[in-house]
Amino acid sequence: MDIVLALKEALESLNANRMRASLTILGIVIGVAAVIAMLAVGTGAQDSILGSISGIGTNLLFVFQGNLQEEVRNEQPLTMNDVNALGDVFQAPHVEAVAPVVYGTVNVTFGGESSSPEVYGVTPDYQNVRNYNLLEGSFITDENVNGRASVALIGPDVADKLFGTRTLLTGETIRIDGQPFRVIGVLEPKGGGSFGSQDNVVLVPITTARVRLLERDRDQVDIVYVQALNSDDVPQATEEISQILRLRHHSEVGADDFTVFSQDDFLSVAGTITNILTIFLGGIAAISLLVGGIGIMNIMLVSVTERTKEIGLRKALGARKSDILLQFLTESSLLSLFGGVIGIIVGWLIAFVIGKVATASGTPFTPTVGLNAILLATLFSTAVGLFFGIYPANRAANLEPVEALRYE
Amino acid sequence: MSKKGKAIVAKDLSKVYQMGEVQVHALCGVSLEIKHGEVVAIMGPSGSGKSTLMNIIGCLDRPSSGEYYLDGELVSDLTDDQLAVIRNRKVGFVFQNFNLLSRSSALLNVELPLRYAGNREGQRERAAVALEAVGLADRMDHKPMELSGGQQQRVAVARAIINNPAIIMADEPTGNLDSKSGKEIMKLLLELNQKSGTTLIVVTHDPRIAEETERVIQLYDGRVVDS
Repeated sequence: MDIVLALKEALESLNANRMRASLTILGIVIGVAAVIAMLAVGTGAQDSILGSISGIGTNLLFVFQGNLQEEVRNEQPLTMNDVNALGDVFQAPHVEAVAPVVYGTVNVTFGGESSSPEVYGVTPDYQNVRNYNLLEGSFITDENVNGRASVALIGPDVADKLFGTRTLLTGETIRIDGQPFRVIGVLEPKGGGSFGSQDNVVLVPITTARVRLLERDRDQVDIVYVQALNSDDVPQATEEISQILRLRHHSEVGADDFTVFSQDDFLSVAGTITNILTIFLGGIAAISLLVGGIGIMNIMLVSVTERTKEIGLRKALGARKSDILLQFLTESSLLSLFGGVIGIIVGWLIAFVIGKVATASGTPFTPTVGLNAILLATLFSTAVGLFFGIYPANRAANLEPVEALRYE
Repeated sequence: MSKKGKAIVAKDLSKVYQMGEVQVHALCGVSLEIKHGEVVAIMGPSGSGKSTLMNIIGCLDRPSSGEYYLDGELVSDLTDDQLAVIRNRKVGFVFQNFNLLSRSSALLNVELPLRYAGNREGQRERAAVALEAVGLADRMDHKPMELSGGQQQRVAVARAIINNPAIIMADEPTGNLDSKSGKEIMKLLLELNQKSGTTLIVVTHDPRIAEETERVIQLYDGRVVDS
């Protein structure tokens, strides 16, 4: 018997037990839809997180005190002299710009409103290194830094919280930890809230922050953002930074008291984490697909028992083992194929709705249904149908015609 | 003993079933010959080995020992799949309870053996011709539920003759029918035998059916007592 006839007979047989067939298909639909939706959410989360890391700036390196891998004796803090050395074009030719930062959490008030954003003590270079644009006003200048001016740039979230608007705020006076600061500008939103907020911030001159807000030593720096000339220069820049700091800190070989982290490192760490998340979500979803497969097996076993006599008759009329096997495998594969196709559509819809809900609730991210997820789900569900169909089909094919005909 | 020209030659057929600890001898050394075109009844009380013999003659089962030639071919040693091919080509079955597929129309039921025969040419037409031959030209698209018992058995007869088999095995063909339709079915089977010369073997315990055949093989306790 050829495959066209087998398909036709399988359809007839499924049609004869419509309710049962649709419930079995539903099991597969749920499994496939779950896999598709979870993979889409995972991929969407990954895109969003990686996107917001890339949004921090381009070709960035982060330098901070301490060694993450091992204990180092006599740790020295990073200082402004270190920063100046890193910015020296002769010592570090692959470095484009250097932005030292001190940071902490502060309380900001205006009128009756208050907010607790991160405060960053920065230099003028910070604007270019971090790709900050302004909605209004101007950035912190060298004069502000040298004069320890009490001026502040506020992020859009802070503006919303304190003023309920993002415009015409220049010249207002806010209080940071009780001290008056004049607003000199508002930052443009950077979006992407998944990786810390880049909008819920207040920027002040680094000197002001050290002395009046965060109580750091005179020259101390918490973190240095270094921008490489371009992405190919990141490894050289890393090497140059390490050389300079080792020399300046007189650190022992192999025991750096600082850490240089590149944006790529962050990206790969975050990529690994989100990959694990995606696999985890997909794995949980795959369990429901497995349950759906067991549903197919169950229904096929019932079907074989119910149709024992029919199988006997078919064998008496000349059906070979392979004919019977093909008949039942076709049925189970059709079940899972239908389930797979409907499941892909449903899963795509679920992913779409999750994306809408996430956007509506302020975390914009787009679940992505990739071609690989669709292929994976189709292959997997068909394989499930075949795998769980083989046992019942085999059982049918191996029935003895005499016994089967006698079965009531 | 010549095997050519005989529809069925059975030599010393035995069948032993293992029922737990006990061995049941369903057939003990049955030998018989049936010529082409013959009409034979196999009779015997229940437990006489009638069904076992019918299953072996119909190639549904293999003997434990002995040789069986169907249409000149030794079939007692064939594999399951080879037997399936033999059944498809050389044996037409008519069962007591019709055994039609309830979901399919009369036409599709008659077509079924052709599906397993492998040649797809003109299946529908051949099935239609077979249904006409049993007088059901106007009932081709009816499902079994929509047909009377006699009509259902006619569909089964059409299905049995569609592959021009060497023998037709009828197992109590009238057992589920009233006497009138039963007579008609027997008449139909005999007519087909007259027209096409197909060997007809009827398994029955109804003496009135047996009277209409040319020869009666009596079985008792797994042995032929009269043939």
